[in-house]
Amino acid sequence: MSKSFLQEKPGVFRAEHALPPAQGELQPKISVRGLNFFYGRNQALSDNTMDIAQNRVTAIIGPSGCGKSTHLRAYNRIFELYRDQRAQGEILLDGENILAPETDVIELRRKVGMIFQKPTPFPLSIFENVAYGLRLHYRLASGELAGRVEAALRQAALWEEVKGQLDRPGAALSGGQQQRLCIARAIAVEPEVILMDEPTAAIDPIATSKIEDLIGALAEHYTIVIVTHNMQQAARVSDFTAFFYQGRIVEFGPTEQIFTKPALKQTEDYVTGRFG
Amino acid sequence: MIHRSMARRKMINRLVQALSAAAALAGLFVLAWVLIVVVQRGSAAISWDFFFHRVAPAGVEGGGIANALAGSAILVGLAILFGVPIGLLAGVYLAEFGKHSRLGAVVRFSTNVLMGIPSIIVGLFVYTLLVLPTGHFSAWAGAVALAILMLPVIARTTEDMLELVPNALRESAMALGAPRWKVTLGIVFRAAKTGLLTGMLLAVARISGETAPLLFTCMNSDYWPTSLNAPTANLTVTIFTRAMSPYADWQRLAWGAALIITLSVLALNISARLMLRGKSHV
Repeated sequence: MSKSFLQEKPGVFRAEHALPPAQGELQPKISVRGLNFFYGRNQALSDNTMDIAQNRVTAIIGPSGCGKSTHLRAYNRIFELYRDQRAQGEILLDGENILAPETDVIELRRKVGMIFQKPTPFPLSIFENVAYGLRLHYRLASGELAGRVEAALRQAALWEEVKGQLDRPGAALSGGQQQRLCIARAIAVEPEVILMDEPTAAIDPIATSKIEDLIGALAEHYTIVIVTHNMQQAARVSDFTAFFYQGRIVEFGPTEQIFTKPALKQTEDYVTGRFG
Repeated sequence: MIHRSMARRKMINRLVQALSAAAALAGLFVLAWVLIVVVQRGSAAISWDFFFHRVAPAGVEGGGIANALAGSAILVGLAILFGVPIGLLAGVYLAEFGKHSRLGAVVRFSTNVLMGIPSIIVGLFVYTLLVLPTGHFSAWAGAVALAILMLPVIARTTEDMLELVPNALRESAMALGAPRWKVTLGIVFRAAKTGLLTGMLLAVARISGETAPLLFTCMNSDYWPTSLNAPTANLTVTIFTRAMSPYADWQRLAWGAALIITLSVLALNISARLMLRGKSHV
């Protein structure tokens, strides 16, 4: 296990506000060290350094274009789908640098699942949507496959609504259900980390509250990082909050502290709605 | 002064409107005319014998186009077999793998050029490539010529249809750990299914009326197709030779064959339309 900022005293790095205060025996699941990110020649992230605590929910907040999603999309290297996007620095997952060229991205993405802003059901049945990742990573007998699909749907709090109609297309579900289907699909492959990129931005308030409840329940088993535009949401669901501005981590700490007594004026202005 | 220019503008507006409407109607009128004449003349040829007998030799009464129907089906079938997989894969390269690459740009440009090449040139090309070396016309050569004509149409429609699939879908499949090729075949193809099928139907419609590339490659025959290595009967060249002949019953046969082709191309186009419309409802 690499040495962690969660255990260290702050002030070691230049980006000192990136350091969360000591949190006793909390383990960092992910340690980001000096992450820079480029879209072609434009630098989108500068020297991001922070730790993501295991089995906790970490929220990333900040105004549009501040680099929240860019930061998140480095954790599973999904940005590599596009030319001209490149990351520099280190992202340690359990101490292993996932940005290293020898990383097996397929295994990385099994361990680090992702939920996107718009629900993206595959053009397949509800069952096959959840089974998709399972079939990619495991060889399962059909009975076991069905069992794991059901377990994932139960964990995503969707089973009661879709049992008996697993053959229907995933796209036939409502928006909120589709997003929970995507969550089921992501947790079916037993990831360790779940990244959520504004998971409720395209969903109505009632469905949003269901997904927020779900996030709380999932944190028991998974490490969750959520990017959100909605500060109330960050306050409700997260244990730690990082405030991003112009590609830098301005302040990072326990959610309660960020929202009640932030160290910096800039953070205070943002969380109280005075700017952003 | 202001009044006059207003009136003038209105008049010019109306004039342009009327002219463009007339031009649009002219297109429609020509299509309707062709259809009416083909149906009128062609339906006279339609009979039991027409569909189930082969072409009769000169001087013999009756006969049909059964051998040409069979030959055309073979040619188009073979062309689909060659043209669809290659066109589809080329489209996949353009949309998924080589989108911004130099090779992609070159391929995209050359498909556009290929799309504009007159079909008779393609026929001559295949003639020198396959007919001259083997010394005889063949169904193979005809099918290759048709496949070359299909290729750019399928490659470009495939590219366009795959581009319509939102990137979010690709990202979410890749975020589960799927390699790019599996995402393309399992998810993106499925999402673009109707569009891809439509493209294929339109490509088939495009080649099923081609005559020039067949003249130099598979020629024609009065007999049932028995070998892919021999000249093969087909509808379009049959129309060409029969329509040029001085015999009234041969000309009638050509009209009948023209009707069959026109109706099948129409059917292909309409079903392509219906498929796309069905998609927008889902």
